[in-house]
Amino acid sequence: MFELTDEKIKFLEKRANEIRESVVKMLYEAGSGHSAGPLGMADVFSAFYFHILNHKPGNPDWPDRDRLVLSNGHICPVRYAAMAYAGYFPLDELNTLRKLGSRLQGHPHRQSLPGTETTSGPLGTGLSQAIGMALAAKLDKKKYRVYCFVSDGEQNEGNHWEAVMFAGKIKINNLTMLMDRNNIQIDGFTEDVMPLEPLREKYEAFNWRVMEINGHSIEEIVDAVNESKTIYEKPTLIIAHTIPGKGVSFMENDYAWHGKPPTKDQALAALKELRSLGGKIETE
Amino acid sequence: MLNPELHLNPDIFSENPETAALRDGYGAGLLEAGAENSDVVALSADLTESTRAEAFAAKYPERFFEVGVAEQNMVGVAAGLGLSGKIPFVSSYAVFSPGRNWEQIRTTICYNDSNVKIAGHHAGVSTGPDGATHQATEDIALMRTLPNMKVFAPCDAIEAKKATVAAAKIWGPAYLRFARNATTLMTTEETPFIPGKAEIFWHPGNGKKPEVAIIGCGPLIYNCLLAAKNLEKQKIHVLVVNCHSIKPLDSRTIVSVAKKCGAVVAVEEHQIAGGLGGAVAELLSEEHPTPMEFVGMRDTFGESGKGEELIKKYGMAPNHIEKAVEKVLKKK
Repeated sequence: MFELTDEKIKFLEKRANEIRESVVKMLYEAGSGHSAGPLGMADVFSAFYFHILNHKPGNPDWPDRDRLVLSNGHICPVRYAAMAYAGYFPLDELNTLRKLGSRLQGHPHRQSLPGTETTSGPLGTGLSQAIGMALAAKLDKKKYRVYCFVSDGEQNEGNHWEAVMFAGKIKINNLTMLMDRNNIQIDGFTEDVMPLEPLREKYEAFNWRVMEINGHSIEEIVDAVNESKTIYEKPTLIIAHTIPGKGVSFMENDYAWHGKPPTKDQALAALKELRSLGGKIETE
Repeated sequence: MLNPELHLNPDIFSENPETAALRDGYGAGLLEAGAENSDVVALSADLTESTRAEAFAAKYPERFFEVGVAEQNMVGVAAGLGLSGKIPFVSSYAVFSPGRNWEQIRTTICYNDSNVKIAGHHAGVSTGPDGATHQATEDIALMRTLPNMKVFAPCDAIEAKKATVAAAKIWGPAYLRFARNATTLMTTEETPFIPGKAEIFWHPGNGKKPEVAIIGCGPLIYNCLLAAKNLEKQKIHVLVVNCHSIKPLDSRTIVSVAKKCGAVVAVEEHQIAGGLGGAVAELLSEEHPTPMEFVGMRDTFGESGKGEELIKKYGMAPNHIEKAVEKVLKKK
């Protein structure tokens, strides 16, 4: 594990912002897609792709790589942007999102884009697959770790809780799940659509170790993942509290931005805000 | 007469031919596949004994995973194992898997191209007393419409074992369909089982020209053979094709028998919509339009009863197959 210096934190924060800019551009170019989730998870993806994951972008099928399973596939623009910056494919390709012939499908397709690990989009199935990968690592005595990102809205899915129960039963300890707790889903706020709280207690009752962090703090993200690796007796859930639409003030915390892209004017306004770091610096 | 080249069981038409359950064939096949390849793993959704995964579970406990009554999670975990180099077999009743977990199979196994084998047990109304909730009559349709999925419906316990062993060796998603009860052993260890290849079990003796091709799958092949024998007495000559591979379909054999006979009867313990008969009709409509009749479930659910009672009630007994042959002859 590389040390997380102040300099590295600054780099990761800057990278997160670059990822956000790419997300806004991609979604505008695509003309459809999800805005809030990808922007909210940019810091997490920056921390994972540029600090936490043991991976080789030039060799996406490297057998010993850590696995990152994105269960809520609809936030894939943020993953695509992080992968492009990491060197999995050229940055230019981001503009092909959702277009005919593109490897960047509207929801991730494993065989179209190596490195995505699973095909996802239909919610509630990521954890099951991540458990399968973690079990395979145990059978093969491999050291790789499996990470599974899930959304909070996705907690409505019965399949997910089947997997939560199973993970608790088998005490799978080479798996860390991270939940994007942004409190919104398509139809509204999560607690209105289908109340989830108390989430921590629910998971603890299913024999999970639970941590809660600020999902925009690089330091907290990295620390929580490091701690999860030291827990041997159960699977770990990191509840990452995030702001949907983070970095673009008119999108933040507004569930209307769950599933739509910005218009041209909105994209320009968003990019201006992101480039000026929320007005902190002068921009064009 | 029975095709002498296929080494079929010579006692098929005796008073009490030997029987065995397809699920027992699956259990034996799973054990053999596990012995041949240490990457073979098995998962069960609280039906380990009933689906005969128990022998594998006992011999290879570290490669067996009990997921509880959770078929959606079962195939998801299997998909993850498959993406990591394992060859998972998932066992449950077909109404639950691939019934309840169809979308997970579509996305995480088929679209993912994960090397998972789905064993669907208790297929067909012959499942019997449990009633229609537990009698899968739609599973072939559910599975054969999925890209990347292969579909096998073996005719007896011996073929069930061969299909299971073969599935472990073929790359990619596969569905195996098994009936619950002991049924007549028509094949022997020497009978060939080639995935994707249909076999002509019965053809007219003395070089007579067949007039109808009966194309079936599963244990109902036995009723097809009984019907063929009865029809021969009435000087109606038929072929009986065991089409255990519904996908990929043996288009060469099917088109060839359709051309030779000029009429086809499809027989399956499944809804006539979307099953083997549908697959054959799709093929022949394009390649060689041929009059057809369908023997199977006609847009209805089954009910409780003995397996053989239900086969009769729902029109899949030998006399029903004979009637379908007579009917299709009139369309020629």
